[in-house]
Amino acid sequence: MSETIDLKLHVWRQSGPKDKGAFADYSKHAKGISTHASFLEMLDVVNERLVAEGEAPIAFDHDCREGICGMCGAVINGVPHGHRKQTTTCQLHMREFQNNAEVYVEPFRAGSFPIIQDLVVDRSSFDTIIQAGGYVSVRTGSAPDANEIPIPKQISDRAMDAAQCIGCGACVAACPNASASLFLSAKLAHLNLLPQGQPERYRRTRQMVLAHDQAGFGGCTNHRECEAACPKGISTDFIARMNRDVLVASLTDKDGELI
Amino acid sequence: MELESHCPTGDIEKRWENHRFDLKLVNPANKRKFDVIVVGTGLAGASAAATLAELGYNVKAFCYQDSPRRAHSIAAQGGINAAKNYQNDGDSVYRLFYDTVKGGDFRSRESNVYRLAQVSVSIIDQAVSQGVPFAREYGGLLDNRSFGGAQVSRTFYARGQTGQQLLLGAYSALAKMIAAGKVAMYNRHEMLDLIVEDERARGIVTRDLVSGKIEAFTADAVCLCTGGYGNVFYLSTNAKGCNVTGSWRAHKRGAAFANPCYTQIHPTCIPPAGEYQSKLTLMSESLRNDGRVWVPKDPANAAKDPRSLSEKDRDYYLERIYPAFGNLVPRDIASRAAKRMCDDGLGVGPVVGDKRRGVYLDFADAIKREGKARIEEKYGNLFEMYQRITGDDPYETPMRIYPASHYTMGGLWVDYDLMSTIPGMFVLGEANFSDHGANRLGASALMQGLADGYFVISYTLGNYLAKKGKNDVGADSKLAKKAVKEVEKKIADLIEIGQKGSTHPDEFHRRLGTLMYDKCGMGRNAEGLKEALEEIPKLREEFWSDVQIVGSGTELNSLLEKAGRIADFIELAELMCHDALDRDESCGAHFREEHVREDGEAKRDDENFAYVAAWEHTGDHGAPKLHKEPLEFEYVKLSQRSYK
Amino acid sequence: MQGVLTLTRSTIGQKAIVAVTGVILFGFVIGHLTGNLILLAGPEAYNAYAAALKGNAPLLWGTRITLLTSVILHIVFTMQLAKRNASARPNAYQKPRKDLVTTYAARSMVLTGPLLAAFIAFHLAHFTVPGIGINGVFDPHNPYANLVQDFRVWYVSAIYIFANILLGLHLWHGGWSAAQSIGAQHPKYDALKMRLAAGLALFVACGNVFIPIAVQTHIIGSSEQLAESRALVAAEQAEEE
Repeated sequence: MSETIDLKLHVWRQSGPKDKGAFADYSKHAKGISTHASFLEMLDVVNERLVAEGEAPIAFDHDCREGICGMCGAVINGVPHGHRKQTTTCQLHMREFQNNAEVYVEPFRAGSFPIIQDLVVDRSSFDTIIQAGGYVSVRTGSAPDANEIPIPKQISDRAMDAAQCIGCGACVAACPNASASLFLSAKLAHLNLLPQGQPERYRRTRQMVLAHDQAGFGGCTNHRECEAACPKGISTDFIARMNRDVLVASLTDKDGELI
Repeated sequence: MELESHCPTGDIEKRWENHRFDLKLVNPANKRKFDVIVVGTGLAGASAAATLAELGYNVKAFCYQDSPRRAHSIAAQGGINAAKNYQNDGDSVYRLFYDTVKGGDFRSRESNVYRLAQVSVSIIDQAVSQGVPFAREYGGLLDNRSFGGAQVSRTFYARGQTGQQLLLGAYSALAKMIAAGKVAMYNRHEMLDLIVEDERARGIVTRDLVSGKIEAFTADAVCLCTGGYGNVFYLSTNAKGCNVTGSWRAHKRGAAFANPCYTQIHPTCIPPAGEYQSKLTLMSESLRNDGRVWVPKDPANAAKDPRSLSEKDRDYYLERIYPAFGNLVPRDIASRAAKRMCDDGLGVGPVVGDKRRGVYLDFADAIKREGKARIEEKYGNLFEMYQRITGDDPYETPMRIYPASHYTMGGLWVDYDLMSTIPGMFVLGEANFSDHGANRLGASALMQGLADGYFVISYTLGNYLAKKGKNDVGADSKLAKKAVKEVEKKIADLIEIGQKGSTHPDEFHRRLGTLMYDKCGMGRNAEGLKEALEEIPKLREEFWSDVQIVGSGTELNSLLEKAGRIADFIELAELMCHDALDRDESCGAHFREEHVREDGEAKRDDENFAYVAAWEHTGDHGAPKLHKEPLEFEYVKLSQRSYK
Repeated sequence: MQGVLTLTRSTIGQKAIVAVTGVILFGFVIGHLTGNLILLAGPEAYNAYAAALKGNAPLLWGTRITLLTSVILHIVFTMQLAKRNASARPNAYQKPRKDLVTTYAARSMVLTGPLLAAFIAFHLAHFTVPGIGINGVFDPHNPYANLVQDFRVWYVSAIYIFANILLGLHLWHGGWSAAQSIGAQHPKYDALKMRLAAGLALFVACGNVFIPIAVQTHIIGSSEQLAESRALVAAEQAEEE
């Protein structure tokens, strides 16, 4: 029932931010991998074999292993999260690979995602962007009844499309410019579409865009590689939406800063 | 150790209101003088940290993930209950309270549960105002669904990602307060000890998971929001990082651990595929509305293509044993029945360990009846997820399912104010034991986490601080330095053993998990538990002499992290078995095979076991000491449930 | 003036400026081509059209200033963005990142951009200031003859054909990308927008490629027409004197 494959596996090893790093060949540790294992379980198996030899295991981020926490992520043969569409690394299974396939595993690369170790990168710049305005300023306890404001279903559904973002950073990894526009725009669209988000809409937009730029991410040049790599298939339409809001915020007094 | 629940008395509807009035307040100007530590940033932790910071306290928040947004609350799929009665179908605060007490099989506190039902309505208001995109009807108002066999539609949901959306809401509130400078956020930090002196929690000791630095943080109060311990079973639906270390180390410092044997197993998970299996994925229970559960009658047919087996070769065992409820029997009954089938050699799918662990969940009839399009509409995303993980197409061939550890009702003992037996240490969310009794209803976990964080701790913490005043022990005190030294030494010891050891930490974890599923899982009996109590100490000793750790403590070291957590799981497992053995009755998810009614149902013993079992730690390998908090039921009449 | 700061300093604001100036330039090349197609109507009509443009000083200078400003802004902000984008990933992928959906047109914008700038400089020098007669004398009063005689040289035609293929690529991506960058997006009109950008880019490229080919194949500018144009210019000049 459980077929196995061998891989020609090359994994990026880097002991710390200052180390230069290089690919290590783990082909001999990646033999007899079950096709039913997930990609991370394949790395687990390789790691157990490395540890048995007294070598340090490959460091990689992971947590829920069901595609929702957004903690895992690596560039697999040039594609963030691997070649299967709308799938996180933890949900990518080895049946997607041929026997004896060459597999290169690299960390997400961006100046704003400094490498911590091996495949582990620091994505706290995403938190910084949210802190700049990715919220509705409502104190606990001060909320009106939940049904006070009716929200058209299509608006609410659209906001949910954007809100699904798991914050994994694949969009940045896939972007030729290492831009976080898709993440940023999804966060903005989620709140800017809803009535609850209107009072702070333009102020939020301006502050989060500035935070994005200050974090050192590149700008969007409309390649739409992010959308193709996004495990949740978030649309670049949200980027256009964000651009529109930025222009309105810049050219009018709607963000309250010019009055 | 005194167990004083501080539950208010009198009219249950007025208890929380009256209690709030009795609580002391901290003057707004004084709030900024108090520091509060919050460990964990799931629903309970993030909501508590944000709310306390909004009130004016200085909060230090900690999580082991790289961002507070990733805590495992994010993976909750189904929904969140609230007694809004938007559907006009007869729901009320009282009915939610009643259902929860009954669902918990009469092993929870009435006062706590009533409060939970009361504040449930405010949670929905709060979440909506934060921008949580709950499902809506065309008229623009909120949609509800019925969940987990409830007779009213009180569950609010956001597609299959309700936990994600609620957590992102709480996380956004937390982000706002971080930006405001009221919360200092420490990512990739793990709590390794609680600092206690003179009957008061003074702070915590953490390890920076990147640099390995051990550091003490002190505060005027500590809130543990560290989640459940389902990973004691190794394979569970929990995230890989979920662990009991925060709770366990606090327990070792004097916090009573209550009802550790109450663990919930979810019946519809994707079965393990091989020895390398690292976790199990849950699929919504709603699948059982249309799927039919069966196994082959003859073990010889286990490996055959299920489609080739005729009706007479199949045993639709749930429909056979429970004709009234059939495939929709409650979680625990469905889980136990599946395990029994597999134990009897009737399981299907790959052999993992010594047997096939899986039963079929067949949609062929439903597809014939309603058409593929309709089934796709209802379950399309679940079928796709199943296919991605298993490679099988459930439209063509039956799904395979198996029960997996999912939620733990037990946890650190807390009083009505959510304070543990260590003054100044509060426990919120899944980490405490308080509201679900012996079994949790679907869509109630999210409700409890947020109730504790948004609406309970905000009042009760102030009362404690107003009475106790500031903690005079700082991070550079002798006490804190000693605590840091102790943790450093423990890690150094572990690494020293690890350098010579030869067994991967995961191997111990797998063995522990298998043992616990067998002896302290869906079904327990005295004999098995006694065996487990003999085997666990052996496993512990082997662990402490042969666990292998490569690398040092001053770097990112996943082996060291795992080893520390597994060491605690092994100790917890022992306590779970003690508790399961001591509770010589069946109740809720705790099923003692000796106590079965004639109809095969769990047989409660209210006369002797209507109490909370709170265990006191008595030294590293000493027998834990049991304290009992009696439970009284004034409003919900004790009755036996029946699903036949 | 926070608003202006955001516009000129943020990546999105800068990109919007590039987009708006790009749209202006796109509009110009469409007009430029449409006007040039008067070539088909013969030397008299074409030279008259050219004279009319030159004779209308407000239009001429208005256009020139707008174009010059647009080109400068387009280039300056593109360079700023390109520099920023290049530095956003200081350590490149060791195993090259695979493109999944992007087009060659999009990936080559950084290449087509500078090449087009060089071409525009050449084109201006060639036909406007100072005007270079590659195949005979440059006559500022006879743009028809200037064009035809030089396009008869194969390599001049080749340069123009090559440059306009690049222009087509640049406009194809630039067209819909500009709409995206200023937020002109709606699911209802997205397909139309993509087709419109591709259609207009194709029109500009084909039209501009057609002219040198037409000269090479004598569809435009037969020897008689060339002689006719010169005679007309000579007559006009005689009249003025």
